Amino acid sequence: MAEERAPSLFEAIREFSADSSPLDFMVILDHWDLFLTGIWNTLTLVVLALVIGGAISLPLAVIRARKTAIANQIVFVYVYVFRGTPLLVQLYLIYYGMGQFEAVRESFLWPFLRDAWWCTLLAFTLNTAAYTTEIFRGAIEAVPFGEVEAAKACGMSKMQQTTRILLPNALRRALPMYSNEVIFMLHGSVVASTVTIVDILGAGRTINGKYYLAYEGFIAAAVLFMILVFFITRAFKVWEKHWHAHLRPRDLSGEKAGAGRSAQPAPAE
Amino acid sequence: MDNVIAYMPSILQGTTITVAVALCSVVLAVIMGLLGAWGKLSDSLAANKICEAYTTLVRGVPELVLMLLLFYGGQQLLNDFGHATGLWGYIEINHFTAGVFTIGFIYGAYMTETFRGAYLAIPRGQVEAGVACGMSGPLVFRRIIWPQLVRYALPSFGNNWLVLLKATALVSVLGLHELVWESFTAGRSTRQLFTFFLITLLIYLVLTAISDVLLRWLDRKYSLGVRRA
Repeated sequence: MAEERAPSLFEAIREFSADSSPLDFMVILDHWDLFLTGIWNTLTLVVLALVIGGAISLPLAVIRARKTAIANQIVFVYVYVFRGTPLLVQLYLIYYGMGQFEAVRESFLWPFLRDAWWCTLLAFTLNTAAYTTEIFRGAIEAVPFGEVEAAKACGMSKMQQTTRILLPNALRRALPMYSNEVIFMLHGSVVASTVTIVDILGAGRTINGKYYLAYEGFIAAAVLFMILVFFITRAFKVWEKHWHAHLRPRDLSGEKAGAGRSAQPAPAE
Repeated sequence: MDNVIAYMPSILQGTTITVAVALCSVVLAVIMGLLGAWGKLSDSLAANKICEAYTTLVRGVPELVLMLLLFYGGQQLLNDFGHATGLWGYIEINHFTAGVFTIGFIYGAYMTETFRGAYLAIPRGQVEAGVACGMSGPLVFRRIIWPQLVRYALPSFGNNWLVLLKATALVSVLGLHELVWESFTAGRSTRQLFTFFLITLLIYLVLTAISDVLLRWLDRKYSLGVRRA
């Protein structure tokens, strides 16, 4: 055995990975670029959907909370439909369904609606906008009426009341719920892999299909998602600490009474 | 329209399978959730750790990823184990069982948090009072803990149920012939995918609406005697 050339460390690892290890982790590492594409696709889709959906949901939430005639009912139906049905079906309806109509196929929108990426973005945006509308509505309704009354008494217009008092207050309250929605959206985004998009799960499925594997690709995808969720939760904790500073019970042990910021009683949740 | 009527039986059959998957998996999820909550609340450090790992892992990973992992990986694992020990030959898990087990397993983690939270909401003094009256452990559970556990768990249970119901659509990716799969097939052969997915959407809406009504009824039933503002 001594004559045999000692395999390099790299070869030894590769051999161990392929033959002895229960999981062939080298396959994943060999295709790191595929997973990078997957992460990029997942993140761009989710972030764009969240940003656009969030922008749409703000006016809708105000309409719902203010109970504007007619518009309120329309928004209610929209929210009910998108919250009451699976994202997968919504995506299929847009991606596979739209081509059924001659008018759609001939319209200028067809280049977009034919493309899986745009369809997915549209489905995700509409979906998250519906959930976020409901979250923001709840938050707006939770704003103490006295604050709005005070704004009115100061002579603010309806628009000023909304942008200065209602929304800043409500958005802060909505933060914990919204962080859940972000994670749900990230988790929901894996359905993109069912319409040919190479997202994180899509990368895993490609590897598994190519090498006829049962675990590796999926486990890699699962690990990547765990990491993303970890960072998102962390980020929201930091933001909550920042934006909810006024809601935290004040720790008086460290500072002298009367010192520091003005003693403002924390409003009850 | 003729196509819709022609394919209606298979769509309805798909709907029954969807409902069956949802109901079976919610039963499994409740069992897993009760066990998980028990483990998390117990004094045993090992049980705490195991249940903590279960809920963190499952809730951190998207359902579809876990579903595919459990479906393909679980099958492989079972067969490898059977091959290694010689206990059984090649087996193929059917799609229905796989779907129910994966969804039940996943939502069991969410249910764990539901039941744990509900248990913690029960004032300790009531349990102590029960013991002081000479009730045995099971009696305290049946008379004091359980009715209130249900009451406190219901809102969160309802949310989980609605999410679970919608998650059943994902089982179509595994190849189970449920509602989404049937509409896909019908839509593809008639070239009317929009029509059939719209029907699917409406069926899901009806299912969630029915669940809403039932959950509200249950909530009223279990909140008798609670004063509401």
